[in-house]
Amino acid sequence: MSRTALAALLLGAALAAPAVASADTSLTAAGSTALLPLVKASAEAYQNQHNDLKISVTGGGSRVGITQVAAKAVDLGMSDILAKGYPDLVDHRVCVVGFSVLTHPGINVKNVSKKQLQDIFAGKITNWKDVGGADVKIVVINRPRSSGTRAVFTQTIMGDVPVSETGLTEDATGTVITAVRTTPGAISYAAFSGTKKFEGGHYTTVEGIAELSIDNVAPSEENVQTGKYPIWSYEHIYTNGVANKDESRFLAFIQSNSAIIHQLGYILFRDMKVNETDR
Amino acid sequence: MTNVRAAGKAHRTERLALIVLRGASGFFIVSIALLIGYLAVEGTKLFTVDHKSIFEFLFSPTFAPDQGHIGALAFILGSLFVTAFAIAVGGPFGVAVGVFFAELAPKRVASAMKPAIEVLVGIPSVVYGWLGLTLLVPLIRNTTGSTGFGLLAAGIVLSLMILPTVVSLSEDAMRVVPDSLREGSLALGATRWETIWRVLLPAASSGIGVAVILGIARAIGETLAIQLVLGNAPVIPAGLLSPASALTSEIVMDMGGAAQGSLLQHSLFSMAFLLLLIAMGLIVLVKLVARKAA
Repeated sequence: MSRTALAALLLGAALAAPAVASADTSLTAAGSTALLPLVKASAEAYQNQHNDLKISVTGGGSRVGITQVAAKAVDLGMSDILAKGYPDLVDHRVCVVGFSVLTHPGINVKNVSKKQLQDIFAGKITNWKDVGGADVKIVVINRPRSSGTRAVFTQTIMGDVPVSETGLTEDATGTVITAVRTTPGAISYAAFSGTKKFEGGHYTTVEGIAELSIDNVAPSEENVQTGKYPIWSYEHIYTNGVANKDESRFLAFIQSNSAIIHQLGYILFRDMKVNETDR
Repeated sequence: MTNVRAAGKAHRTERLALIVLRGASGFFIVSIALLIGYLAVEGTKLFTVDHKSIFEFLFSPTFAPDQGHIGALAFILGSLFVTAFAIAVGGPFGVAVGVFFAELAPKRVASAMKPAIEVLVGIPSVVYGWLGLTLLVPLIRNTTGSTGFGLLAAGIVLSLMILPTVVSLSEDAMRVVPDSLREGSLALGATRWETIWRVLLPAASSGIGVAVILGIARAIGETLAIQLVLGNAPVIPAGLLSPASALTSEIVMDMGGAAQGSLLQHSLFSMAFLLLLIAMGLIVLVKLVARKAA
């Protein structure tokens, strides 16, 4: 009995093996949680058209995306930052994204200067009343080292000023927004794709948080396009070596689908009036 | 004839069983040795390859591997502190519940409660962490005006998580105390309380010691539940209500983004190795306590 079962099992395995080996019908992506909503939505739309292809997308943070694709653990590594020191990785820039400085709504501050923002994140200003707001202690919420959003924020706002680490650390765009919403006095940074929603033809801030203007420049799509608003970056998807057929088709699909890009809070290349080098 | 054949067959089965058992235990020993060896090699690269000092790793509070600082003191203190908190609260409480079940509770209550306690062991740590995040953190935030995240929240969650370990092990320790001691004590006119406090607890002390040490081992290795409520600030916490990090939570926060061979990756491996050493130390301690009893 058991011998027959074993034979059947072996036969089944022998028949199944070539099918598994020949079908390369899945793509995996991991990395930036700022880029995650776009790739996720694009993957759903793309799979509706190509139901033989299975695409799975997870977050983890930009540096996770880079290390995972470098280790060939995933096909596509999503990142807000350049993958320096990885000669095998090929960069595919998909769009631009802006990052908001977001706060708990109860602080009564709408605008800060870049210097004030540095002082807040460096831990020098510790109460909102010192920047004209309510008497509430400031709680800085950071992203961990693996975060590209953190890298973009430090690069564009902090410069050489070290970020204070005494606040909280949240490991994804989504958890940052939840933490800011529930923690009085909280301040953090997150991509437009997390802080804004597209309704009735224009963007609004998601419920429960407030966005700060920096030097009286609001974090809007237009201000990113003209380069007035400082915190933005190109969003990259890396492949390990030249993209194969499935990968390059999916990448082209993401880049070309301007409706999804726009609706989710990202910015098309062609709308940018400045370069990264102009910043 | 048939007997001989049957005996031969039994003999073959026995030899086969022996081979399987030996193979399994050999495989087990080799895997453990590989695991410890791998961690030892990767965990010391920080010192052998990057030439960082062990002193800096253990006693410097500055952790910024991208700038060459690899001090893990903040995480070591975080781990020690939440563990100490958990054992200070959960330890006595767990022992008390164990004693109650073994000595005082009516049989029916004890036999109903024991499975309930055992179920607690099986609850995944993410569930404890999730409950801590949704119930405990807001409670602490609203009563103290802090962020709610920090050592206090993690300590409370951990005290709950080690309870089942401490309860069942100390209950077992009480149950193996010979009845002659109970009977002798009661015959001498001691009350039930005096019997427990003066006779049974001292007699079960090494078993209870083991229960507490294994509770510590459970606490220091816990990751997910405390990562959710600690706040994960990589600094030495200013107090019970300040966000902090532990060795385990720091590893899980940064491991994904640590490039192969980077200073960050080597630092995280050193932390993992340190956790392994702590675990081994606790096991040695358990053996010593148990031997003292025997």
